[in-house]
Amino acid sequence: MKQVIKGNIAVSHGVKLCRVKVISAYPITPQTTIVEELSEMCASGELDAKFIKVESEHSAMAGVVGSSSAGVRSFTATSSQGLLLMHEVLHWAAGARLPIVLANVNRAVGPGWNIWADQTDSLSQRDTGLIQIYCESNQEVLDSVIMSYKLAEKVSLPVMLTYDAFFLSHTSEIVDIPEIEQADEFLPPYNPEFRIDINNPRSFGGMIGPDYYFEERYVMHKDALEALEYYQQVCKDFKEIFGREYDICEEYRTGDAEVIVVAAGTITSVTRIAVDRLREEGKKVGLMKLRIFRPVPVERWRKVLGNAAKVVVMDRNLTAGLGGVFASEIQAALYPIENKPMVYPVIAGLGGRDVTPDDVEGIINYALSNDEPTDVPLFWGLKE
Amino acid sequence: MQKTFDIPRELMTEEELLQPGMLSCQGCGASLAMKLALKGLGERTVVVIPACCWTIINGVYPYSALQVPVIHVPFETAAVSASGVRAALDARGEKDVVVMAWAGDGGTFDIGIQSLSGAAERNDDILYVCYDNEAYMNTGIQRSSATPVGAWTTTTPAGSIKEEPKKDIEEIMLAHHIPYMATASVAYPDDMYMKFKKVRHITGTKFIHLLSPCPPGWRIDPSKSVQITRMATQAKVFPIYEVRRWRFSKKRGRLEESWKYTINIYPDRELSVKEYMKAQGRFQQITEEMLHDVQERVDRKWDELIRKADGRPLTPNE
Ligand SMILES: Cc1ncc(C[n+]2csc(CCOP(=O)(O)OP(=O)(O)O)c2C)c(N)n1
Ligand code: SF4
Ligand SMILES: [Mg+2]
Repeated sequence: MKQVIKGNIAVSHGVKLCRVKVISAYPITPQTTIVEELSEMCASGELDAKFIKVESEHSAMAGVVGSSSAGVRSFTATSSQGLLLMHEVLHWAAGARLPIVLANVNRAVGPGWNIWADQTDSLSQRDTGLIQIYCESNQEVLDSVIMSYKLAEKVSLPVMLTYDAFFLSHTSEIVDIPEIEQADEFLPPYNPEFRIDINNPRSFGGMIGPDYYFEERYVMHKDALEALEYYQQVCKDFKEIFGREYDICEEYRTGDAEVIVVAAGTITSVTRIAVDRLREEGKKVGLMKLRIFRPVPVERWRKVLGNAAKVVVMDRNLTAGLGGVFASEIQAALYPIENKPMVYPVIAGLGGRDVTPDDVEGIINYALSNDEPTDVPLFWGLKE
Repeated sequence: MQKTFDIPRELMTEEELLQPGMLSCQGCGASLAMKLALKGLGERTVVVIPACCWTIINGVYPYSALQVPVIHVPFETAAVSASGVRAALDARGEKDVVVMAWAGDGGTFDIGIQSLSGAAERNDDILYVCYDNEAYMNTGIQRSSATPVGAWTTTTPAGSIKEEPKKDIEEIMLAHHIPYMATASVAYPDDMYMKFKKVRHITGTKFIHLLSPCPPGWRIDPSKSVQITRMATQAKVFPIYEVRRWRFSKKRGRLEESWKYTINIYPDRELSVKEYMKAQGRFQQITEEMLHDVQERVDRKWDELIRKADGRPLTPNE
């Protein structure tokens, strides 16, 4: 059934379709309407779930750590400061190997208070062990909730799906809402091998010495890598049932491209427009849209980007003293390649500043006309 | 001879849910308390443990001393993690299983008070137990807001012993309108056992505050830990009582919110605060002035408690 809905509502529909049993969340702009919508769904009985109305995000995450440990499908959502407050428990959830799904609305981090789109929040959690998936449209947001549970429950790792504040969270788009029967067919009931079980008492997450910790983390790493393989299967299964196609990353006109722009989130939409315009001018440019960012699809990135002469990386995030997170990881991935492309790291759109197709066109033209980057990174649109 | 305890038969005969191999120090109140608590609760119990001495006591992977499911959680999340487990067990239809958060005083009075307050306000159906050894023992005896006036810790060393009175956690918890709040200690195992048996049948947030002796932290001989804990109650520093919320109003014919205080232990002998404190190494620096203030506070609280417990002191035989 097609409906015109906002990104946050798309998330709520996804949660409902997955028959989530426990939700624990705390409001923060621009995630708030997810909490409101899910509260309504729980209150009306439309969704048969227990909503723990916690007093903070730290508790929101800890609550789902508790419920997921007891073997029940669990969900939380947050943004920016809330995600940062969760930090300790994010590591815990991943280390405890709990398939929690977390929806994060990408919002700038204070100070000063800025509620607009910026990916520094989710990227600052990149070492927590959560799988990270970046979405570009409301359809993709809804579909990602469903796919995330499938992935999370297979590899026993939490998944964070993330999408831009306001550009998606509060913007209405046409979304095809799947039928519950389709979702049921795709996502079987959650039945973990290990859980808090009164008939089979075990201890979870206690003291573990140097003798075991090392191997335990190695296994976690292996499983994270396996998630990459399995994600492709998830995408295939998803296509069969729902008809929509997803991948580890998306390639747009990259085949013969000499310049490839790398972007995540809504900047990819404007980049597509810019790519089309420049193609009309005969310029060989393309786009690689990042989808899954943890685990890092190194091989795939190399394959897509390896033959380009230049790679422009758009970062709507900043690690002060380094630059953009995506650029640094793309550079690391490309490092072993012979004749590797020249990378042009660009910081754009921080704190929700608009990035238009004209901007991206300008950025690509800058890369085309310079043999190497003039500034690393280039802060596009910086006011004097 | 004076009868001290009426130890229920089950206490001595029932199966042990805390097995040998646990790693506490000798004379540790926290391990003895767990043993008694689980005797009262029985095996259909899930234990939620934040960072504290019990993180260690339960054993190092792959061992676990408890014969019930245990989940370890971050330091400040005991209450809400228990709420999460509760929600999941409810969803699974396992409503009879008790979810017990078991935290130290640091995890309760300090870093965990926010999530505890949240769970209590929501009246989540959990049992929250604070075993209070009056400092951060796991990290090597640092002060907490449960550390009493006059106590030495490594962060209140000689020359700057603790001056601030201990937080009144009982009243803090009662201010959350929870259905049940009690104090107990390993010095009165029969009372403690009965309380844990009772809470199994109370829905909502139950809070039990245990005074829990710690020989290294209190600088006492391990063989004296139960005795000194009993002295705390005899000196009325740690009165043993319980508070039930709701009472049936005969006038209106319905349940009404009110608090029923019951003092469970009337000490067989009375001690001064000084006698209790001087029995422990940690109070060796306490000044006469401090002792005087503490004694006054203790007397005032005891009077208040007696007034709240229906305004009349019960006799020990009642
Ligand atoms: C967020 C965080 N801060 C600090 C610590 C270190 N830490 C572990 S246990 C502990 C003290 C625990 O004190 P208490 O709750 O009284 O329990 P006890 O050790 O006395 O049994 C501290 C400070 C931690 N694990 N997590
Ligand atoms: S330090 Fe104290 S509380 Fe911790 S195990 Fe030893 S006696 Fe028990
Ligand atoms: Mg302590």
